[in-house]
Amino acid sequence: MELGFLLGSIVKIVGILAYLYGLLWVLARPNRWVKIIGVLAAFGVVQLALTDWGGFQLLTNFDSGLLFQACAMTMVALGLNLIYGFNGQFSLGQWGFYGIGAYTAADITYRWVNGDARGLLVVGFGTILGGLALIYIGRWLKRFRGVPVLSSFTLYLIGAILAATVAVYIGNALNPMLEPLLGTNLNPGVLNSPFALQIVFFLAVVFAGIFAAEVSFLFGLPVLTLGSDYFGIATLGFTIVVNVLMINSDTILPFPEMKGGRGMVGIPKLTTWFWAFFFMMAVIIIMRNLIQSSTGRAIISVREDEVAAKAMGIDVAGSKLLAFVVGSFFAGIGGAVYAHFIGFLSPGTFGFLQSFNPLIIVVFGGLGSMTGTIAASFGWIFFLEGLLRVLLSQMGTEAPTWRFVLYPITLLLLMLIRPQGLLGNIEWGFLKHKDVLPREISVVEKPEVAASEA
Amino acid sequence: MQQLSGSSQVMITAPKKKKRPPLAWVGQGFFIVLAILVAGILISNLIRQPTLFAQFFISGLQLGFVYAMIALGYTMVYGIVKLINFAHGDVFMVGAFVSYFAVARFRLHQWPLAAFPQISPGVGVVIGSITVILLSMVICSALAVTIERVAYKPLRDAPRIAALITAIGVSFFLEYFGALNFVFSPRFIPYERPFEVVAWYIKDGIHLIKPGEAPPDGAITFSNILVIIIIASILVQIFLQFLVKRTKIGIAMRASSYDKPAARLMGINVDSVISFTFAIGAAFAGLGGVLYAIAYSSIWTQLGILPGLKAFVAAVLGGIGSIPGAFVGALIMGQAEAMTMGYISTPMRDAVAFSILIIVLLIRPTGIFGEPEKEKV
Repeated sequence: MELGFLLGSIVKIVGILAYLYGLLWVLARPNRWVKIIGVLAAFGVVQLALTDWGGFQLLTNFDSGLLFQACAMTMVALGLNLIYGFNGQFSLGQWGFYGIGAYTAADITYRWVNGDARGLLVVGFGTILGGLALIYIGRWLKRFRGVPVLSSFTLYLIGAILAATVAVYIGNALNPMLEPLLGTNLNPGVLNSPFALQIVFFLAVVFAGIFAAEVSFLFGLPVLTLGSDYFGIATLGFTIVVNVLMINSDTILPFPEMKGGRGMVGIPKLTTWFWAFFFMMAVIIIMRNLIQSSTGRAIISVREDEVAAKAMGIDVAGSKLLAFVVGSFFAGIGGAVYAHFIGFLSPGTFGFLQSFNPLIIVVFGGLGSMTGTIAASFGWIFFLEGLLRVLLSQMGTEAPTWRFVLYPITLLLLMLIRPQGLLGNIEWGFLKHKDVLPREISVVEKPEVAASEA
Repeated sequence: MQQLSGSSQVMITAPKKKKRPPLAWVGQGFFIVLAILVAGILISNLIRQPTLFAQFFISGLQLGFVYAMIALGYTMVYGIVKLINFAHGDVFMVGAFVSYFAVARFRLHQWPLAAFPQISPGVGVVIGSITVILLSMVICSALAVTIERVAYKPLRDAPRIAALITAIGVSFFLEYFGALNFVFSPRFIPYERPFEVVAWYIKDGIHLIKPGEAPPDGAITFSNILVIIIIASILVQIFLQFLVKRTKIGIAMRASSYDKPAARLMGINVDSVISFTFAIGAAFAGLGGVLYAIAYSSIWTQLGILPGLKAFVAAVLGGIGSIPGAFVGALIMGQAEAMTMGYISTPMRDAVAFSILIIVLLIRPTGIFGEPEKEKV
């Protein structure tokens, strides 16, 4: 059985990698219809494999769990790769934003299915008003030159707190209007129908992402001015603080439904393959387009040489902040997707030691390689979470510990032998940089061929 | 960081005042409000319950002096190789475990009484405890030198972040390898002390607390372990000052931290100096680990993570690379943590520690004692 399982797992990993390659290849086709049909086919294949055909299911529930986890991990790791791989800011705070996204989205939907619309209303209005406040304060601050970071941070903080207060009032005021429509747990109302829940889920994920992004903006503004090592430690501190707040979410924070260290149960399991695929593709496409735009080149130039980038007229601080905020947005979305497939959130999942998982994935896949990150996320989940967990659990009770003994050893070996990551700078299909497509070279070569023939 | 320190130098030398940046008062006002708030909480509590305040102060001292011993290793290593040695906190943990095994398994603390039954028990306990501590220090030094040789040395010319990731990897390895059952086991282990803890209380003079007796209300209690930690920490400080300022190896350390290629040209073996720095820092971490374990009497393999990180914050607070800075920073961190535990809430102690890091780096990136581009170890 063990050998069969091993072979099956290897086949699955190879299959997943081939699938990813095909997906990225199809996306790179110039024809728009080919792209759309290809993506739909890629979605459909897995959907069919996940469907239960009367007792036969190609991918079991265990596999589908791994698949969703891999999708969430891809989003988080891509966000970290944007921050660390492309922008060069060594961040350990990604896991904290992941946790913020997970808890925010879970709180929204949990309250919604329990007949309380305040979660969605407060978070929705809070993120929108807070975002507007941050944008307008930022515009106003552009009038001055050389405002100290502390001052702008204070102003942003005041703006965000005011927006949050207003949002809480609006939410409390509007809640009684929606409550009758929501119904109770036993007697669901109009707005609790499965279709409405899907919309609420979508909104929850997006708002969770925006909320994480806004928190990262407020946190990153002062912290990104620190040096690289200090930034790493400060973001590590952020993860620890977020985890402490999660453990005490029912005592220090006013959220009894999160149940503190006991873990939040009863989150509706709304993540389907459609949503996981949708959000993952959205993250991949947004990030690829960002990286290949002029903004993305500015982000990369900051990694290469800050002084030279500044001399070229690039807003170094702005680029760092943008990369950090977008990366955290991805982490928040990933966390929201994760929360709704697992249905149970425990602060232990978002602890200090797990916060190195996305870092390990990014380092393994290759810094500044989106393909590497995606492949490493899937490979990591299927190999370590799937294969190794099952295999090692047959070896005894110490298996989880051995897993964590093997991680750092491989990490050390990788750092010593291949510091650029397993895939290095290789990009597949869609993610390849446009400048290296062979089409343009062939255009240059044509006249030469014609001349030689003549 | 360098830019900021440069501008501060300009401000000292240039007589004409630089124009104040716009809206600077907002940020300053924010911090003044914050400082007034903190001071208000502390002072009002000091007036209301002075003995309770003193008790928190004493527990803060105990934490602070332990952090000081760990922070020395961080600050020295960072001064020379510019690496945040994440594994330092785990070396601290190993120090605690070595002493645990020496005491509980091998009864090493009783060897003087076993070998020379005629000496008095007090002297025997002192010698035995010192042996245990020395053993921990030696093993920690050996461990740190091994880590440095195996993991950090090949990466000395690599990007700094690669070395940092390696340090994180080493830290993980020590934690989880230690958590295996045949190594240290993943459980919390009650620590057996090599000597008895004796506590006193201060109320109308100093009185001994007899076993099974509670101190009276309004008394401030302290124990012999607090005294030992303070004395050990101060001795370490004096020893290190002497080592760095007066000895040949200390001069080599300062030279290496100042300019490695030039130090090499002067005939200093920089690699062995770096190893020596790791060894010294780890020895003090081992000492700190033993004393921490004696004071808090429970150990497990992830014991070192948070004290390590807080000691690093303390080193940054005092000015990384500066030895007195690490000491002062650690004392401030200990007080901040104890006061947070006492007056805000226990879980927020970590939040306060990292907030202090961020605030310090924003206001004064070189730390309290930090003098950029001067002699640092």
